[in-house]
Amino acid sequence: MFFFCVKASQATSYEGFPLLGLSPVMAGFPSPAEDFIEGRLDLNEHLIRHPAATFLLRVAGESMKGASILPGDLLVVDRSVEAEAGRIVVAAVDGDLTVKRLAGAKDRWTLVAENPDFPPIRITEGRECSIWGVVTGVVRRMG
Amino acid sequence: MFYLGRGNGRCPAHGITPMLFALLDCNNFYVSCERVFDPSLNGRPVVVLSNNDGCVIARSQEAKDLGIAMGAPFFKVRELARRYGVLTYSSNYALYGDMSRRVMDSLMRFTPEVEVYSIDEAFLNLSGFKEKDITQYARDIRRAIGCWTGIPVSVGIGPTKTLAKLANRHAKKAPAMGGVAVLLDPDHRKDAMAATPLKDIWGIGHRLAPMLERNSIFTALDLSRQPDAWVQQKMGIVGLRLVYELRGIACQELETVVPDKKTTVVSRSFGKEVRAKADLESAVSSFAERAAEKLRNGNLVAGAVTVFLHTNRFKEHAPQYHHAVTMALDPATNHTGAIVAASLKGLRALYKAGFAYKKAGVMMLSLERAERAQMSLFAREHPHNAKTMQALDSINRRFGSGSIRYGSSALSKNWRMNQKHRSPRYTTRWDELPLVD
Repeated sequence: MFFFCVKASQATSYEGFPLLGLSPVMAGFPSPAEDFIEGRLDLNEHLIRHPAATFLLRVAGESMKGASILPGDLLVVDRSVEAEAGRIVVAAVDGDLTVKRLAGAKDRWTLVAENPDFPPIRITEGRECSIWGVVTGVVRRMG
Repeated sequence: MFYLGRGNGRCPAHGITPMLFALLDCNNFYVSCERVFDPSLNGRPVVVLSNNDGCVIARSQEAKDLGIAMGAPFFKVRELARRYGVLTYSSNYALYGDMSRRVMDSLMRFTPEVEVYSIDEAFLNLSGFKEKDITQYARDIRRAIGCWTGIPVSVGIGPTKTLAKLANRHAKKAPAMGGVAVLLDPDHRKDAMAATPLKDIWGIGHRLAPMLERNSIFTALDLSRQPDAWVQQKMGIVGLRLVYELRGIACQELETVVPDKKTTVVSRSFGKEVRAKADLESAVSSFAERAAEKLRNGNLVAGAVTVFLHTNRFKEHAPQYHHAVTMALDPATNHTGAIVAASLKGLRALYKAGFAYKKAGVMMLSLERAERAQMSLFAREHPHNAKTMQALDSINRRFGSGSIRYGSSALSKNWRMNQKHRSPRYTTRWDELPLVD
Protein backbone atom coordinates (compact mmCIF):
# COMPACT_ATOMS: atom_id res chain seq x y z
CA MET A 1 0.00 0.00 0.00
CA PHE A 2 1.47 3.34 -1.05
CA PHE A 3 0.70 6.77 0.28
CA PHE A 4 1.85 10.06 -1.27
CA CYS A 5 3.43 12.12 1.41
CA VAL A 6 2.90 15.86 0.99
CA LYS A 7 5.52 18.02 2.70
CA ALA A 8 4.01 20.59 5.06
CA SER A 9 5.69 23.54 3.31
CA GLN A 10 4.10 22.64 -0.01
CA ALA A 11 0.57 21.97 1.24
CA THR A 12 -1.44 24.83 -0.23
CA SER A 13 -4.75 23.43 -1.24
CA TYR A 14 -6.25 20.19 -2.45
CA GLU A 15 -5.09 20.72 -6.05
CA GLY A 16 -1.54 21.50 -4.91
CA PHE A 17 -0.24 17.93 -4.91
CA PRO A 18 3.28 18.01 -6.31
CA LEU A 19 3.23 15.16 -8.79
CA LEU A 20 6.73 15.39 -10.17
CA GLY A 21 9.86 14.22 -8.49
CA LEU A 22 8.25 12.56 -5.52
CA SER A 23 8.68 8.89 -4.76
CA PRO A 24 6.13 6.88 -2.87
CA VAL A 25 6.62 6.52 0.86
CA MET A 26 5.71 3.14 2.17
CA ALA A 27 3.49 3.08 5.20
CA GLY A 28 3.00 -0.10 7.21
CA PHE A 29 5.55 -2.94 7.16
CA PRO A 30 9.02 -2.29 5.71
CA SER A 31 9.71 -4.08 2.45
CA PRO A 32 11.69 -7.31 2.64
CA ALA A 33 13.67 -5.98 -0.32
CA GLU A 34 14.79 -2.86 1.58
CA ASP A 35 18.33 -4.02 2.27
CA PHE A 36 18.85 -5.31 -1.27
CA ILE A 37 17.79 -2.25 -3.29
CA GLU A 38 20.31 -1.61 -6.04
CA GLY A 39 20.68 1.14 -8.58
CA ARG A 40 18.81 0.93 -11.85
CA LEU A 41 20.43 -0.56 -14.90
CA ASP A 42 21.98 2.22 -16.92
CA LEU A 43 22.78 1.65 -20.58
CA ASN A 44 25.29 4.51 -20.56
CA GLU A 45 27.32 2.75 -17.92
CA HIS A 46 27.10 -0.48 -19.88
CA LEU A 47 28.16 0.96 -23.23
CA ILE A 48 30.38 3.93 -22.47
CA ARG A 49 33.55 3.40 -20.43
CA HIS A 50 35.32 6.66 -21.24
CA PRO A 51 32.73 9.36 -21.96
CA ALA A 52 35.16 12.11 -22.99
CA ALA A 53 36.68 9.85 -25.66
CA THR A 54 33.51 8.07 -26.80
CA PHE A 55 31.45 9.16 -29.77
CA LEU A 56 28.29 7.85 -31.42
CA LEU A 57 28.30 7.39 -35.18
CA ARG A 58 25.53 6.22 -37.54
CA VAL A 59 26.11 3.39 -40.02
CA ALA A 60 25.20 4.37 -43.57
CA GLY A 61 26.40 1.41 -45.63
CA GLU A 62 26.30 -2.37 -45.92
CA SER A 63 30.00 -3.21 -45.87
CA MET A 64 29.86 -4.87 -42.44
CA LYS A 65 26.61 -6.81 -42.78
CA GLY A 66 28.47 -10.03 -42.11
CA ALA A 67 29.38 -8.73 -38.66
CA SER A 68 25.72 -7.89 -37.99
CA ILE A 69 26.37 -4.18 -38.41
CA LEU A 70 23.51 -2.82 -40.48
CA PRO A 71 22.62 0.55 -42.01
CA GLY A 72 20.95 2.72 -39.37
CA ASP A 73 22.81 1.14 -36.45
CA LEU A 74 24.58 3.31 -33.90
CA LEU A 75 28.26 2.62 -33.36
CA VAL A 76 29.80 3.34 -29.99
CA VAL A 77 33.35 4.36 -30.83
CA ASP A 78 36.04 4.83 -28.19
CA ARG A 79 39.09 6.78 -29.34
CA SER A 80 41.12 5.80 -26.28
CA VAL A 81 41.15 2.06 -26.98
CA GLU A 82 44.23 0.72 -28.72
CA ALA A 83 43.60 -0.43 -32.27
CA GLU A 84 44.68 -4.02 -32.82
CA ALA A 85 44.30 -6.51 -35.63
CA GLY A 86 40.97 -8.27 -35.34
CA ARG A 87 39.08 -5.33 -33.88
CA ILE A 88 36.35 -3.46 -35.72
CA VAL A 89 37.39 0.15 -36.11
CA VAL A 90 36.33 3.40 -37.70
CA ALA A 91 39.03 4.73 -39.99
CA ALA A 92 39.43 7.90 -41.99
CA VAL A 93 40.34 6.92 -45.55
CA ASP A 94 40.81 9.60 -48.20
CA GLY A 95 38.83 12.04 -46.07
CA ASP A 96 35.84 9.80 -45.35
CA LEU A 97 34.93 7.79 -42.28
CA THR A 98 34.48 4.07 -42.79
CA VAL A 99 33.86 1.08 -40.49
CA LYS A 100 35.88 -2.05 -41.14
CA ARG A 101 37.70 -4.86 -39.41
CA LEU A 102 41.39 -4.25 -38.93
CA ALA A 103 43.95 -6.76 -40.27
CA GLY A 104 47.70 -6.66 -40.59
CA ALA A 105 49.96 -4.55 -38.38
CA LYS A 106 50.57 -0.95 -37.43
CA ASP A 107 51.56 1.19 -40.43
CA ARG A 108 50.66 -1.78 -42.64
CA TRP A 109 46.95 -2.09 -41.93
CA THR A 110 44.37 -3.60 -44.21
CA LEU A 111 40.74 -2.63 -43.73
CA VAL A 112 38.54 -5.63 -44.35
CA ALA A 113 34.81 -5.50 -45.01
CA GLU A 114 32.42 -8.28 -43.99
CA ASN A 115 30.42 -8.32 -47.18
CA PRO A 116 31.65 -10.03 -50.36
CA ASP A 117 30.63 -6.98 -52.42
CA PHE A 118 33.29 -4.86 -50.74
CA PRO A 119 37.01 -5.45 -51.43
CA PRO A 120 39.61 -4.99 -48.69
CA ILE A 121 41.37 -1.62 -48.51
CA ARG A 122 45.13 -1.99 -48.30
CA ILE A 123 46.74 1.05 -46.74
CA THR A 124 49.82 1.83 -48.75
CA GLU A 125 52.33 4.64 -48.75
CA GLY A 126 50.78 7.87 -49.87
CA ARG A 127 47.26 6.85 -48.97
CA GLU A 128 45.58 9.08 -46.41
CA CYS A 129 44.50 6.82 -43.62
CA SER A 130 44.28 7.00 -39.90
CA ILE A 131 42.42 5.03 -37.27
CA TRP A 132 39.63 7.23 -35.91
CA GLY A 133 38.55 4.98 -33.06
CA VAL A 134 37.68 1.44 -32.01
CA VAL A 135 34.09 0.20 -32.12
CA THR A 136 33.19 -0.98 -28.63
CA GLY A 137 29.44 -1.37 -29.11
CA VAL A 138 26.62 -1.46 -31.62
CA VAL A 139 23.15 -0.21 -30.73
CA ARG A 140 20.04 -0.99 -32.67
CA ARG A 141 16.55 0.13 -31.75
CA MET A 142 13.71 -1.95 -33.11
CA GLY A 143 10.63 0.03 -34.10
CA MET B 1 64.96 34.12 -7.43
CA PHE B 2 64.41 36.65 -4.64
CA TYR B 3 61.82 36.69 -1.92
CA LEU B 4 59.43 39.60 -1.89
CA GLY B 5 58.58 41.40 1.37
CA ARG B 6 55.04 41.61 2.67
CA GLY B 7 54.38 45.01 1.02
CA ASN B 8 50.98 44.17 -0.28
CA GLY B 9 49.99 40.75 1.09
CA ARG B 10 48.74 39.47 -2.31
CA CYS B 11 52.04 38.85 -3.98
CA PRO B 12 53.82 36.50 -4.21
CA ALA B 13 51.37 33.64 -4.20
CA HIS B 14 53.80 31.13 -2.92
CA GLY B 15 56.36 32.68 -0.62
CA ILE B 16 59.57 30.94 -1.51
CA THR B 17 58.28 27.54 -2.68
CA PRO B 18 58.51 27.39 -6.44
CA MET B 19 55.26 26.91 -8.36
CA LEU B 20 54.79 25.35 -11.74
CA PHE B 21 52.01 26.18 -14.15
CA ALA B 22 51.08 24.76 -17.52
CA LEU B 23 48.91 26.54 -20.04
CA LEU B 24 47.32 24.12 -22.44
CA ASP B 25 45.47 25.42 -25.42
CA CYS B 26 43.90 23.90 -28.50
CA ASN B 27 45.37 24.75 -31.88
CA ASN B 28 42.87 26.58 -34.12
CA PHE B 29 40.15 25.13 -31.93
CA TYR B 30 36.98 25.69 -33.98
CA VAL B 31 38.64 24.49 -37.17
CA SER B 32 40.10 21.51 -35.35
CA CYS B 33 36.62 20.55 -34.13
CA GLU B 34 35.33 20.59 -37.71
CA ARG B 35 38.27 18.46 -38.86
CA VAL B 36 37.66 15.70 -36.33
CA PHE B 37 34.38 14.80 -38.01
CA ASP B 38 35.34 15.69 -41.57
CA PRO B 39 38.90 14.51 -42.17
CA SER B 40 38.74 15.78 -45.75
CA LEU B 41 39.38 19.25 -44.25
CA ASN B 42 42.87 18.29 -43.13
CA GLY B 43 45.59 20.19 -44.96
CA ARG B 44 43.09 22.59 -46.55
CA PRO B 45 42.38 26.27 -45.88
CA VAL B 46 39.33 26.49 -43.58
CA VAL B 47 37.72 29.44 -41.79
CA VAL B 48 34.92 29.64 -39.23
CA LEU B 49 32.68 32.71 -39.09
CA SER B 50 31.16 34.50 -36.12
CA ASN B 51 27.44 34.62 -35.27
CA ASN B 52 25.58 35.98 -38.28
CA ASP B 53 28.40 34.85 -40.56
CA GLY B 54 29.91 38.27 -39.92
CA CYS B 55 33.64 37.87 -39.49
CA VAL B 56 36.39 35.32 -39.34
CA ILE B 57 36.88 33.91 -35.84
CA ALA B 58 39.03 30.88 -36.63
CA ARG B 59 41.45 29.91 -39.38
CA SER B 60 43.42 26.81 -40.21
CA GLN B 61 47.16 27.26 -40.75
CA GLU B 62 46.59 27.05 -44.50
CA ALA B 63 44.05 29.89 -44.32
CA LYS B 64 46.46 31.97 -42.23
CA ASP B 65 49.13 31.37 -44.87
CA LEU B 66 46.79 32.85 -47.49
CA GLY B 67 46.78 36.06 -45.51
CA ILE B 68 43.27 35.87 -44.06
CA ALA B 69 43.34 37.92 -40.86
CA MET B 70 41.62 37.09 -37.60
CA GLY B 71 38.45 39.14 -37.28
CA ALA B 72 38.33 40.01 -40.98
CA PRO B 73 34.75 40.80 -42.06
CA PHE B 74 33.59 37.98 -44.26
CA PHE B 75 32.49 40.16 -47.16
CA LYS B 76 36.09 41.33 -47.45
CA VAL B 77 37.57 37.87 -47.75
CA ARG B 78 34.80 36.26 -49.78
CA GLU B 79 36.57 36.81 -53.09
CA LEU B 80 39.88 35.49 -51.80
CA ALA B 81 38.06 32.49 -50.33
CA ARG B 82 36.43 31.71 -53.65
CA ARG B 83 39.65 32.01 -55.59
CA TYR B 84 41.66 29.70 -53.32
CA GLY B 85 38.92 27.27 -52.39
CA VAL B 86 38.82 28.26 -48.74
CA LEU B 87 36.16 26.20 -46.97
CA THR B 88 33.85 28.40 -44.92
CA TYR B 89 31.81 27.35 -41.92
CA SER B 90 29.31 29.12 -39.69
CA SER B 91 30.11 28.77 -36.01
CA ASN B 92 28.77 25.54 -34.54
CA TYR B 93 28.84 26.30 -30.83
CA ALA B 94 26.86 23.21 -29.92
CA LEU B 95 29.76 21.19 -31.30
CA TYR B 96 32.58 23.39 -29.99
CA GLY B 97 31.08 23.50 -26.50
CA ASP B 98 30.80 19.74 -26.36
CA MET B 99 34.34 19.20 -27.67
CA SER B 100 35.65 21.72 -25.15
CA ARG B 101 33.99 19.77 -22.35
CA ARG B 102 35.68 16.61 -23.59
CA VAL B 103 39.10 18.28 -23.64
CA MET B 104 38.65 19.68 -20.12
CA ASP B 105 37.31 16.38 -18.76
CA SER B 106 40.32 14.64 -20.26
CA LEU B 107 42.66 17.11 -18.56
CA MET B 108 41.04 16.45 -15.23
CA ARG B 109 41.98 12.82 -15.55
CA PHE B 110 45.57 13.94 -15.20
CA THR B 111 45.12 16.39 -12.36
CA PRO B 112 42.15 17.91 -10.53
CA GLU B 113 43.97 21.25 -10.38
CA VAL B 114 42.62 22.62 -13.63
CA GLU B 115 41.42 26.17 -14.23
CA VAL B 116 39.29 26.36 -17.36
CA TYR B 117 40.26 29.77 -18.68
CA SER B 118 38.28 29.87 -21.91
CA ILE B 119 36.56 27.52 -24.32
CA ASP B 120 39.91 26.19 -25.51
CA GLU B 121 42.46 27.04 -22.81
CA ALA B 122 43.19 25.74 -19.35
CA PHE B 123 45.84 26.33 -16.70
CA LEU B 124 47.17 23.37 -14.76
CA ASN B 125 48.98 23.56 -11.45
CA LEU B 126 51.89 21.16 -11.69
CA SER B 127 53.81 22.38 -8.66
CA GLY B 128 55.75 19.54 -7.12
CA PHE B 129 56.78 17.93 -10.39
CA LYS B 130 60.47 17.37 -10.90
CA GLU B 131 61.91 19.27 -13.81
CA LYS B 132 63.15 16.22 -15.66
CA ASP B 133 59.72 14.61 -15.58
CA ILE B 134 57.69 17.62 -16.59
CA THR B 135 58.42 17.63 -20.32
CA GLN B 136 57.47 13.98 -20.62
CA TYR B 137 54.30 14.57 -18.61
CA ALA B 138 53.32 17.44 -20.89
CA ARG B 139 53.93 15.24 -23.93
CA ASP B 140 51.79 12.50 -22.41
CA ILE B 141 48.93 14.94 -21.83
CA ARG B 142 49.24 16.28 -25.35
CA ARG B 143 49.21 12.82 -26.89
CA ALA B 144 46.27 11.70 -24.77
CA ILE B 145 44.10 14.71 -25.64
CA GLY B 146 44.96 14.35 -29.32
CA CYS B 147 44.08 10.67 -29.27
CA TRP B 148 40.93 10.82 -27.15
CA THR B 149 39.34 13.91 -28.70
CA GLY B 150 41.17 14.42 -31.97
CA ILE B 151 42.06 18.00 -31.00
CA PRO B 152 45.73 19.05 -31.33
CA VAL B 153 46.97 21.08 -28.36
CA SER B 154 50.07 23.02 -27.34
CA VAL B 155 51.49 23.15 -23.83
CA GLY B 156 53.60 25.89 -22.27
CA ILE B 157 55.16 25.45 -18.84
CA GLY B 158 56.70 28.01 -16.51
CA PRO B 159 56.95 29.07 -12.87
CA THR B 160 54.10 31.60 -13.28
CA LYS B 161 50.87 31.78 -15.27
CA THR B 162 52.23 34.64 -17.36
CA LEU B 163 55.34 32.66 -18.24
CA ALA B 164 53.27 29.55 -18.97
CA LYS B 165 51.28 31.63 -21.48
CA LEU B 166 54.49 32.95 -22.97
CA ALA B 167 55.90 29.46 -23.23
CA ASN B 168 52.72 28.31 -24.94
CA ARG B 169 53.19 30.91 -27.67
CA HIS B 170 56.67 29.55 -28.25
CA ALA B 171 55.43 26.00 -28.43
CA LYS B 172 53.07 27.15 -31.19
CA LYS B 173 55.60 29.20 -33.13
CA ALA B 174 58.33 26.56 -33.21
CA PRO B 175 56.97 23.27 -34.59
CA ALA B 176 60.32 21.65 -33.82
CA MET B 177 59.42 21.79 -30.15
CA GLY B 178 56.75 19.17 -30.73
CA GLY B 179 53.99 21.28 -29.22
CA VAL B 180 55.55 21.54 -25.76
CA ALA B 181 57.73 24.37 -24.42
CA VAL B 182 59.19 24.37 -20.91
CA LEU B 183 60.71 27.61 -19.62
CA LEU B 184 62.29 26.60 -16.35
CA ASP B 185 65.93 26.95 -17.27
CA PRO B 186 66.86 30.64 -16.78
CA ASP B 187 68.81 30.86 -20.05
CA HIS B 188 65.97 29.31 -22.08
CA ARG B 189 63.63 31.73 -20.40
CA LYS B 190 65.81 34.70 -21.19
CA ASP B 191 66.02 33.75 -24.87
CA ALA B 192 62.28 33.16 -25.07
CA MET B 193 61.53 36.48 -23.38
CA ALA B 194 63.91 38.34 -25.66
CA ALA B 195 62.02 36.89 -28.61
CA THR B 196 58.57 37.82 -27.28
CA PRO B 197 57.22 41.15 -28.53
CA LEU B 198 54.99 43.25 -26.26
CA LYS B 199 51.78 42.34 -28.02
CA ASP B 200 52.34 38.68 -27.22
CA ILE B 201 52.55 39.24 -23.46
CA TRP B 202 49.43 38.29 -21.53
CA GLY B 203 48.06 41.51 -20.07
CA ILE B 204 49.73 44.02 -22.38
CA GLY B 205 47.15 45.50 -24.71
CA HIS B 206 46.85 48.31 -27.25
CA ARG B 207 46.89 50.93 -24.54
CA LEU B 208 50.13 50.00 -22.83
CA ALA B 209 52.26 48.90 -25.78
CA PRO B 210 52.77 52.39 -27.33
CA MET B 211 53.75 53.86 -23.97
CA LEU B 212 56.26 51.09 -23.38
CA GLU B 213 57.71 51.43 -26.85
CA ARG B 214 58.20 55.14 -26.29
CA ASN B 215 60.38 54.13 -23.34
CA SER B 216 62.44 51.75 -25.49
CA ILE B 217 60.78 48.62 -24.12
CA PHE B 218 60.06 46.20 -26.95
CA THR B 219 60.23 42.68 -25.55
CA ALA B 220 59.19 40.74 -22.47
CA LEU B 221 62.84 40.70 -21.42
CA ASP B 222 63.07 44.50 -21.60
CA LEU B 223 59.93 44.82 -19.51
CA SER B 224 61.09 42.37 -16.87
CA ARG B 225 64.22 44.48 -16.32
CA GLN B 226 62.44 47.75 -15.54
CA PRO B 227 62.73 49.05 -11.97
CA ASP B 228 59.75 48.24 -9.70
CA ALA B 229 58.99 51.86 -8.86
CA TRP B 230 58.81 52.84 -12.54
CA VAL B 231 56.54 49.92 -13.37
CA GLN B 232 54.21 50.66 -10.50
CA GLN B 233 53.99 54.31 -11.44
CA LYS B 234 53.32 53.71 -15.15
CA MET B 235 51.31 50.48 -15.00
CA GLY B 236 49.86 50.33 -11.50
CA ILE B 237 49.91 47.40 -9.13
CA VAL B 238 48.49 45.12 -11.81
CA GLY B 239 51.45 45.97 -14.03
CA LEU B 240 53.87 45.31 -11.19
CA ARG B 241 52.36 41.86 -10.64
CA LEU B 242 52.72 41.20 -14.36
CA VAL B 243 56.39 42.12 -14.25
CA TYR B 244 57.01 39.96 -11.19
CA GLU B 245 55.39 37.09 -13.03
CA LEU B 246 57.71 37.70 -15.97
CA ARG B 247 60.58 37.50 -13.51
CA GLY B 248 59.37 34.12 -12.31
CA ILE B 249 57.61 35.13 -9.10
CA ALA B 250 54.09 33.73 -9.03
CA CYS B 251 51.51 36.36 -8.09
CA GLN B 252 48.48 34.55 -9.39
CA GLU B 253 47.07 31.29 -8.19
CA LEU B 254 44.94 28.80 -10.02
CA GLU B 255 41.29 29.76 -9.82
CA THR B 256 39.47 26.47 -9.55
CA VAL B 257 36.37 27.97 -7.99
CA VAL B 258 34.45 30.17 -10.38
CA PRO B 259 33.22 33.38 -8.74
CA ASP B 260 29.50 34.05 -9.10
CA LYS B 261 28.57 36.08 -12.13
CA LYS B 262 27.33 39.63 -11.68
CA THR B 263 25.20 39.73 -14.81
CA THR B 264 24.26 37.41 -17.61
CA VAL B 265 23.43 38.64 -21.09
CA VAL B 266 21.72 37.02 -24.03
CA SER B 267 21.69 39.08 -27.18
CA ARG B 268 21.99 38.67 -30.91
CA SER B 269 22.44 40.76 -34.00
CA PHE B 270 19.71 40.03 -36.50
CA GLY B 271 20.34 38.31 -39.80
CA LYS B 272 18.40 41.01 -41.58
CA GLU B 273 17.04 44.26 -40.21
CA VAL B 274 13.82 43.90 -38.28
CA ARG B 275 11.05 46.49 -38.22
CA ALA B 276 7.98 44.59 -37.02
CA LYS B 277 7.11 44.56 -33.34
CA ALA B 278 5.96 40.94 -33.52
CA ASP B 279 9.37 39.83 -34.75
CA LEU B 280 11.12 41.73 -31.96
CA GLU B 281 8.77 40.22 -29.40
CA SER B 282 9.65 36.78 -30.68
CA ALA B 283 13.36 37.53 -30.49
CA VAL B 284 13.27 39.07 -27.02
CA SER B 285 11.12 36.19 -25.69
CA SER B 286 13.67 33.79 -27.03
CA PHE B 287 16.55 35.64 -25.36
CA ALA B 288 14.61 35.79 -22.11
CA GLU B 289 13.98 32.04 -22.22
CA ARG B 290 17.68 31.38 -22.70
CA ALA B 291 18.68 33.84 -19.99
CA ALA B 292 16.30 32.17 -17.54
CA GLU B 293 17.78 28.80 -18.45
CA LYS B 294 21.31 30.11 -17.78
CA LEU B 295 20.20 31.42 -14.40
CA ARG B 296 18.74 28.08 -13.44
CA ASN B 297 21.87 26.25 -14.60
CA GLY B 298 23.96 28.49 -12.39
CA ASN B 299 21.53 28.26 -9.46
CA LEU B 300 20.99 32.01 -9.53
CA VAL B 301 18.01 34.30 -9.46
CA ALA B 302 17.83 37.83 -10.89
CA GLY B 303 16.34 40.91 -9.30
CA ALA B 304 16.05 42.91 -12.51
CA VAL B 305 16.19 42.60 -16.27
CA THR B 306 17.39 45.18 -18.78
CA VAL B 307 16.07 44.98 -22.34
CA PHE B 308 18.02 46.82 -25.01
CA LEU B 309 17.40 47.60 -28.66
CA HIS B 310 19.76 48.98 -31.31
CA THR B 311 19.55 50.11 -34.88
CA ASN B 312 22.54 49.53 -37.16
CA ARG B 313 25.15 52.02 -36.03
CA PHE B 314 27.19 51.54 -39.20
CA LYS B 315 24.40 52.88 -41.36
CA GLU B 316 25.09 56.49 -40.51
CA HIS B 317 22.37 57.93 -42.72
CA ALA B 318 19.60 55.79 -41.31
CA PRO B 319 17.67 56.99 -38.24
CA GLN B 320 19.45 55.78 -35.08
CA TYR B 321 17.85 54.31 -31.97
CA HIS B 322 19.83 52.90 -29.08
CA HIS B 323 17.87 52.52 -25.91
CA ALA B 324 17.38 50.28 -22.94
CA VAL B 325 14.89 49.90 -20.13
CA THR B 326 15.23 48.04 -16.85
CA MET B 327 12.37 46.17 -15.19
CA ALA B 328 12.45 45.01 -11.59
CA LEU B 329 11.76 41.38 -10.82
CA ASP B 330 10.08 41.06 -7.46
CA PRO B 331 10.55 38.52 -6.06
CA ALA B 332 13.96 37.77 -7.59
CA THR B 333 13.40 34.83 -9.90
CA ASN B 334 14.75 32.48 -12.54
CA HIS B 335 11.31 31.45 -13.74
CA THR B 336 10.99 31.68 -17.52
CA GLY B 337 7.43 32.96 -17.44
CA ALA B 338 8.22 35.86 -15.14
CA ILE B 339 11.36 36.84 -17.05
CA VAL B 340 9.68 36.61 -20.46
CA ALA B 341 6.75 38.69 -19.20
CA ALA B 342 9.02 41.39 -17.78
CA SER B 343 11.19 41.43 -20.91
CA LEU B 344 8.17 41.81 -23.20
CA LYS B 345 6.83 44.61 -21.05
CA GLY B 346 10.19 46.33 -21.39
CA LEU B 347 10.27 45.78 -25.14
CA ARG B 348 6.80 47.25 -25.59
CA ALA B 349 7.91 50.34 -23.73
CA LEU B 350 11.02 50.59 -25.92
CA TYR B 351 9.60 49.80 -29.35
CA LYS B 352 9.11 52.66 -31.79
CA ALA B 353 7.83 52.10 -35.30
CA GLY B 354 9.82 53.35 -38.25
CA PHE B 355 13.24 52.09 -37.22
CA ALA B 356 15.20 49.23 -38.75
CA TYR B 357 16.51 47.35 -35.73
CA LYS B 358 19.73 45.38 -35.97
CA LYS B 359 20.31 44.04 -32.47
CA ALA B 360 18.42 43.31 -29.28
CA GLY B 361 19.14 41.61 -25.99
CA VAL B 362 18.30 41.01 -22.37
CA MET B 363 20.65 41.43 -19.44
CA MET B 364 19.86 39.83 -16.08
CA LEU B 365 21.00 41.95 -13.12
CA SER B 366 21.15 41.78 -9.33
CA LEU B 367 22.08 38.13 -9.42
CA GLU B 368 22.22 36.15 -6.24
CA ARG B 369 22.32 32.51 -5.23
CA ALA B 370 18.86 30.99 -5.41
CA GLU B 371 19.09 29.68 -1.84
CA ARG B 372 19.91 33.08 -0.41
CA ALA B 373 17.29 35.15 -2.25
CA GLN B 374 14.87 37.08 -0.05
CA MET B 375 11.18 36.60 -0.60
CA SER B 376 9.28 39.85 -0.76
CA LEU B 377 6.44 40.14 1.75
CA PHE B 378 3.90 41.00 -0.90
CA ALA B 379 4.64 38.59 -3.69
CA ARG B 380 4.47 34.82 -3.47
CA GLU B 381 6.45 32.47 -5.67
CA HIS B 382 3.94 29.79 -6.64
CA PRO B 383 5.12 26.38 -5.39
CA HIS B 384 4.45 24.78 -8.77
CA ASN B 385 6.93 27.03 -10.49
CA ALA B 386 10.11 25.17 -9.60
CA LYS B 387 8.65 21.86 -10.80
CA THR B 388 7.47 23.38 -14.07
CA MET B 389 10.91 24.76 -14.73
CA GLN B 390 12.51 21.40 -13.92
CA ALA B 391 10.22 19.72 -16.44
CA LEU B 392 10.94 22.40 -19.08
CA ASP B 393 14.70 22.10 -18.64
CA SER B 394 14.63 18.32 -18.69
CA ILE B 395 12.61 18.22 -21.92
CA ASN B 396 14.96 20.68 -23.60
CA ARG B 397 17.95 18.65 -22.47
CA ARG B 398 16.50 15.43 -23.82
CA PHE B 399 15.10 16.57 -27.15
CA GLY B 400 17.45 19.43 -27.91
CA SER B 401 17.46 23.03 -26.79
CA GLY B 402 14.48 25.03 -27.95
CA SER B 403 12.27 21.91 -28.25
CA ILE B 404 9.78 23.41 -25.90
CA ARG B 405 9.30 27.15 -25.86
CA TYR B 406 6.96 29.78 -24.65
CA GLY B 407 4.47 30.74 -27.39
CA SER B 408 5.75 34.30 -27.62
CA SER B 409 9.19 33.25 -28.79
CA ALA B 410 8.14 30.66 -31.35
CA LEU B 411 5.94 32.92 -33.45
CA SER B 412 8.50 34.44 -35.75
CA LYS B 413 11.74 33.33 -37.37
CA ASN B 414 12.49 36.58 -39.19
CA TRP B 415 15.11 37.67 -36.72
CA ARG B 416 17.13 34.46 -36.56
CA MET B 417 20.78 34.88 -37.32
CA ASN B 418 22.33 33.81 -40.57
CA GLN B 419 24.08 30.50 -40.28
CA LYS B 420 24.21 29.43 -43.85
CA HIS B 421 27.21 27.14 -43.57
CA ARG B 422 26.94 25.40 -40.24
CA SER B 423 28.17 21.83 -40.03
CA PRO B 424 26.01 19.18 -38.31
CA ARG B 425 25.89 19.11 -34.53
CA TYR B 426 27.75 15.81 -34.58
CA THR B 427 27.84 15.14 -30.87
CA THR B 428 24.62 16.63 -29.52
CA ARG B 429 21.82 15.79 -31.96
CA TRP B 430 20.62 12.28 -32.76
CA ASP B 431 19.63 13.28 -36.27
CA GLU B 432 22.99 14.93 -37.01
CA LEU B 433 25.41 12.16 -36.05
CA PRO B 434 28.47 11.59 -38.26
CA LEU B 435 27.85 8.94 -40.92
CA VAL B 436 30.16 6.01 -41.56
CA ASP B 437 29.96 3.68 -44.54
